[in-house]
Amino acid sequence: MRQDDFKGIWVFAEQRNGRVKDVACELLARGRELADALGTDLSAVCFGHRVAGADRLIAHGADRVYMVDSQELADNREDLYAGQLAELIRQHRPEIVLAGATPFGRAFIPRVAAALGTGLTADCTALDIDAEKRLLVQTKPGYGGNVMAVIVCPEARPQMATVRPRVFRKSVPEAARKGEVIGVDFDRRRITSRTKLLTFVEEIAETVRIEEADIIVAGGRGLVKEESFQMVKDLASALGAAVGATRAAVDEGWAPYSCQIGQTGKTVCPKLYIAIGVSGAVQHLVGMQTSDVIVAINDDPHAPIFEVADYGIVGDLFKVVPLLTEKLKK
Amino acid sequence: MNIIVCLKQVPATTQVRIDPQTNNLIREGIESIINPYDTYALEEGVRLRERFGGKVTAVSMGPPQAESALREAISLGADEAVLLCDRAFAGSDTLATAYTLARAMNKLGDYDLIICGRQTLDGDTGQVGPELSQMLDVPCVAYVSQIEDVADGALRARRMVEDGYEVIESPLPAVITVVKEISTPRLPSLRGIARSKSAAIPVWGAGDLALEPEKTGLAGSPTRVINVYSPQRTCQGEILEGDPAEQVECLIGRLKDAGLI
Repeated sequence: MRQDDFKGIWVFAEQRNGRVKDVACELLARGRELADALGTDLSAVCFGHRVAGADRLIAHGADRVYMVDSQELADNREDLYAGQLAELIRQHRPEIVLAGATPFGRAFIPRVAAALGTGLTADCTALDIDAEKRLLVQTKPGYGGNVMAVIVCPEARPQMATVRPRVFRKSVPEAARKGEVIGVDFDRRRITSRTKLLTFVEEIAETVRIEEADIIVAGGRGLVKEESFQMVKDLASALGAAVGATRAAVDEGWAPYSCQIGQTGKTVCPKLYIAIGVSGAVQHLVGMQTSDVIVAINDDPHAPIFEVADYGIVGDLFKVVPLLTEKLKK
Repeated sequence: MNIIVCLKQVPATTQVRIDPQTNNLIREGIESIINPYDTYALEEGVRLRERFGGKVTAVSMGPPQAESALREAISLGADEAVLLCDRAFAGSDTLATAYTLARAMNKLGDYDLIICGRQTLDGDTGQVGPELSQMLDVPCVAYVSQIEDVADGALRARRMVEDGYEVIESPLPAVITVVKEISTPRLPSLRGIARSKSAAIPVWGAGDLALEPEKTGLAGSPTRVINVYSPQRTCQGEILEGDPAEQVECLIGRLKDAGLI
């Protein structure tokens, strides 16, 4: 497929259990700006069964919502989703397709790119438009975040990119925005799946979901032993915050994987991020550095975490943290 | 069970810098290793062979020196290895890499399972495994943390999602990508080391793979890297001084002023 008549920006709106994920709204916010820069329109594409939220996608910036509703699409199935999305792209020819770099997005979007023979950039942290060449300029980290690469897809279309949740900010929804919802029939005869989802097992230890928390208290290797990770939980509970952890802390078994923040865990962007005993390896920083306010408590004044911290306390965390928790409880 | 493990040789560290003059990666003094996620893939392949029989073939695409990664794979339990090496492959992005690997898989033929690591240490894309499955027209299960069983021409695997795991059944042949939770790589055995030294590792070039030249290397890569740089961080925060009580007092004050607590 070549450039010729490819027009418009698409955002793939991933859903789970019938609810559109926030990352879709975040992508629509940035997608809206990119579409305006190109003077084109913005569409959301949503697959699922009885998904509520077309209005929400419009309120967040979509001019049009393609909704494919089918029982078979209720669960996230790579081959069905890849087949259907590739088919829609062939029919409607958008110039840009964006999707969330969720585990499912990262698993099925490459199949779409391969089916279409086009380029795909994973885990973008910035998306811009080169207006002169009408190109999507994609910035992505490599080497765990030590290197940034700027990538374009000059000829093949569409230009495809995934973006991790919480990289872009949702815009304030405009309930009065008008948009068109287009129902698309799922082509169940041509698009079939070979895999079967047998069960889903939830593994969530926390009461406050880390992706949605306004405040996160995260612990790292500096806590030294499992028992002292309790200090992180106590401070979190005093603040009504979610508990986060570095990969090192998860590897030690102090916290479950669902708490892991960083390159191979979650990306978060809370209003307040308190890092305790976190050195700030770049793989961790890429998962939290866009938080509004970052507080670091660590005994090593040269720890890289202080490079991103708004407020730093260099000191003995075993003294500082219990004191902080105690004061906050009052 | 015939298993193919895809592996890539990468720099041993992610602490790399970019030469601001040339925009090239400074590679001097950095040793090369098998991409860590691929070592989990290899270990799982070897374990499956130990359970179900068959053989493990390690495949890598890269420069001539990537042969050392394949010798290491043999020392770690792979039965055979093939290096895909040709100037024509240079500059491949994930799509061109997946295409070239797919041609090699077709030449190897008769595979039941292809195992890749979840992503590489250098590119961090995680795209080649799923793209490869699409080109081979076989199912793909990504982010596998455990293979529960292989029976009757199908595998049952756990794959990680944000809030837990799903159990997926897929017919074979299939591609899976694995996370580190799947296995703990073993150390090389003495017998393995001896084998790795004497093993013949065929090198396949573009001519051996019956591929379309415009689909590999830079020509087959739809994406272009137009700039690379090392991100700069400068400390602009405030370090709160004093004894712990003063530091805590000060922090609470700052957070209250900002309306955060």
